[in-house]
Amino acid sequence: MTDLRHYQTPLRQTPFHPRTSAANRLHAWAPWAGYATVQTYDDLAMEHSAIRNAATLYDLCPMIKYRIEGTDAAACLNRLTVRDADRLAVGGVHYTVWCDDAGHLIDDGTLFRLAPDRYRLCCQERHLPWLLDSAFGFDVRITDETGEIAALALQGPTSAVVLRAAGFDIDTLKPFRMAEFPFAGGHLTISRTGFTGDLGYELWTTPDLALPLWDSLTDAGALYGLRPVGSEALNIARLEAGFIIAGQDFTPAPHCLREDRLRSPLEMGLGWLIDWDKGQFTGRRALLRQRERGPHWAFVGLEIEGNVAAEGAILYHNRKTEIGVITGACWSPTLKTSIALAQVKARHAKGGNLWAEIYALRELHYARMMMPARVVARPFFNPTRKRQTPPGKL
Amino acid sequence: MPSFDTIVIGAGPNGLAAAHRLASRGDRVLVLERGTTPGGGAAGAEFAPGFAAMPLAHLSYNLDARVARTMDLPRHGLRWANANLATTALSATGAHLRLEGPLGLTLTGEVSDRDRAAWAGLRARLLRFAGVLAPLRGMTPPRLAKGVGNPMGQLAKIALRARMMGADEFRELGRIFLTNVHDLLDDELETPLLKGALALDATLGIWLGPRSPNSVLPWLDRLAGATDGAQAALGLPMGGMATLGAAMARAAEAAGATIRCNAAVAQILTDGDTVQGLRLADGEELSAARIVSSLAPKTTLLSLVGARHLDAGQTTRARHLKTRGGAAKLHLALSAAPDFRGAALGDRLVIAGSEHAVERAFNPAKYGRTPQAPVMEIVIPTVHDPTLAPAGQHILSAIVQYAPPAPADPDAARTAMLDASLRVLEDHAPGIGALILKAEMLMPHDIETRWGLPGGNWHAGELSVEQMLFLRPLPGLSQYQGPIKGLWLASAGCHPGGGVSGTAGWNAALAMERAGK
Ligand SMILES: Cc1cc2nc3c(=O)[nH]c(=O)nc-3n(C[C@H](O)[C@H](O)[C@H](O)COP(=O)(O)OP(=O)(O)OC[C@H]3O[C@@H](n4cnc5c(N)ncnc54)[C@H](O)[C@@H]3O)c2cc1C
Repeated sequence: MTDLRHYQTPLRQTPFHPRTSAANRLHAWAPWAGYATVQTYDDLAMEHSAIRNAATLYDLCPMIKYRIEGTDAAACLNRLTVRDADRLAVGGVHYTVWCDDAGHLIDDGTLFRLAPDRYRLCCQERHLPWLLDSAFGFDVRITDETGEIAALALQGPTSAVVLRAAGFDIDTLKPFRMAEFPFAGGHLTISRTGFTGDLGYELWTTPDLALPLWDSLTDAGALYGLRPVGSEALNIARLEAGFIIAGQDFTPAPHCLREDRLRSPLEMGLGWLIDWDKGQFTGRRALLRQRERGPHWAFVGLEIEGNVAAEGAILYHNRKTEIGVITGACWSPTLKTSIALAQVKARHAKGGNLWAEIYALRELHYARMMMPARVVARPFFNPTRKRQTPPGKL
Repeated sequence: MPSFDTIVIGAGPNGLAAAHRLASRGDRVLVLERGTTPGGGAAGAEFAPGFAAMPLAHLSYNLDARVARTMDLPRHGLRWANANLATTALSATGAHLRLEGPLGLTLTGEVSDRDRAAWAGLRARLLRFAGVLAPLRGMTPPRLAKGVGNPMGQLAKIALRARMMGADEFRELGRIFLTNVHDLLDDELETPLLKGALALDATLGIWLGPRSPNSVLPWLDRLAGATDGAQAALGLPMGGMATLGAAMARAAEAAGATIRCNAAVAQILTDGDTVQGLRLADGEELSAARIVSSLAPKTTLLSLVGARHLDAGQTTRARHLKTRGGAAKLHLALSAAPDFRGAALGDRLVIAGSEHAVERAFNPAKYGRTPQAPVMEIVIPTVHDPTLAPAGQHILSAIVQYAPPAPADPDAARTAMLDASLRVLEDHAPGIGALILKAEMLMPHDIETRWGLPGGNWHAGELSVEQMLFLRPLPGLSQYQGPIKGLWLASAGCHPGGGVSGTAGWNAALAMERAGK
């Protein structure tokens, strides 16, 4: 048999595969960055409910991870991303974005400062060529370490209890901080981060320790409602938290074929991230011009009347004029309301007389509904337990 | 410490032209030059004791008429020893071919009647096409975006002039525009010596061989130049090209600019958005609100500004700017006049036996090797001005093609290039080897070191269709305005390219005026 070409190879399995596949009752797999990942293990409602009421495990391995190290690591990241990577303390994490020369979003991600001159950048898309181009003139080494790290998200109100039960003292760990623990003869890094907008942690270790980690957490979590969750449940949670995903809520600049689909951080509600005083970063001059002129688009959170998820709905002003599109939506089980994220023309950022055109398929007939949409603040769901340190003992 | 409004980096033809125009309009201008004398490619560099310092450039082909007139170069010492130099295409047997008048108006030698007629037609057409395109050289390249204030009137005039040539000629321009020199010549001519001389003329200083696609366009650009009002005429100043460089420097000073030599700029200082000034190699810092760099754009962006002050995409494009130089420079100090089998020594002497000889000289250079039989353009300035060398002795200056721009062993390549060149010379001027008092071969990498032209490229960045007009030096930077407020690019690496013309510097100064302070 001849070797398979790269596009013919089956999806790769993450280090947690023996456990995730055993739990995957529906066999609902989906590709994510070349890996097979679980969409729903067995019941979407129960999985989402566990995120908000108990504790959950989510296999994060396919997330793209870059190691950026060297004496110019901070300077290089400052030039790459819009925030000040130098002001990120060692042991700290921040959310950030990066742009092309024209100020258009390439991706968003979280940046971990592991040491004064070593960082990890986690993101949705692969961009090694862009990162290497951005590293020219800086004393840094950039490595794709996606396959070298097994990452697991432990999220939910009982997640801290589970960690304590598993023997990790995380009481003093604040949001957006991380700590190192010895584990099974190796190391485990625990960061208080996540994509659910709830109390939660992300756990980072080497692939050889993936299964011991899973097993120890599953044992510790047995009494605290711990269960694995798939991407569909996580997607509802992230919508409730108001988080965006590259490729869903905006088209990353390198993939964009149509000029008018490019979006800047200012147009995606991410202007607050930009550190205008730190000096040059790629796209800065273009974004300054855009700030002066005013962006054309805005990104908003919406509450929509009724109980039908408004995924992909077109937005109208006064029921007539098309003014935007919904990029992500769900019926929020937590808030008991229909929520959505949307790109709208900048002048409608404050809302008023907005309508969502929803098509609901009901037994092979579409019901077309014009539903009032109200602009609301994000996050839609924002529990105090997410911020409390030490975390509450449930 | 006097303060300056504008600091110009580099006292080459472009830096001096820009400095002159800015100073004439009341700007306080300081020109910083790394070398010991101003003039850039037209400044002499020490070569052999008793022999005049030799500049890189040895003939004038595209001195900008606006620059020459406004700078009043004659008043500052420019005299033409010959403003319409004839070319002799040398034959190793003595059956030379002489081309007199601009671009070989008349031919003397063994050429068939058929070829004479064909050449007369082709020559007229080339000059006509080049003339139509010539006004583009004096303009800021238009931008491709909408509503950016392109000079539509001027562009329409050029288009109209092209169209006014008539449908047949207009179609012919479209046909040959992006073809190659070899095919163009081969379609019409058969005399190898004529085709060789034209093929070398077409490819002087570009990293293309006669058979390379798009090689006709840079030739048309070269033929758009003029000397003393005569299109495509070649000029030799009295005292050599160094006189032209010196005249430009004196003119700039007379207009009020200060020129400071032995001042190498190491870094352009910026606060992120606006230039603040610059730092010299010795650490001295100077402030100015406007910096005009006449260094190659690649050098200006990557070395003087630095990647961390630029966007990543632009940095990558700057790194990918092509700057291969294939022209080496040979200088010989000769104890007596050589004898090129009777050829007139005051002519521009060309050794390129055929168009194939030019292409064959290019082949090894493409792969980093030196050619066995390089082709060359020779000038013996001492024939016109004997004071440049001790009595009875001579300087031979030759542009030798093609040298590999980045050979694996630079010193070995230089030796091989020199040996091969001397062999070719010996074939055409038997006994010349015995006259050599001193020989100097400047390879592209030597030229890069001494003059700062990246890759030793004549145009400070290859002049090829994908690096012309709104793509020169890079998309988004073609209008002389640099990526940082207050920084301007005024180099041969900008539109319209190189040669001792001052055109890019002049255009840049005009763009600065249009932009206001
Ligand atoms: C082999 C060869 C032969 C050529 N022959 C001819 C010819 O016969 N006729 C012709 O018209 N053209 C010729 N040219 C082309 C011509 O020399 C150039 O196109 C022309 O000199 C470009 O002018 P410029 O002002 O843009 O740059 P330059 O003339 O290169 O001037 C730039 C100046 O900047 C200075 N500089 C560099 N670095 C620094 C620094 N860090 N700080 C301060 N100053 C600095 C340099 O010393 C130089 O004086 C030839 C080129 C080559 C390579």
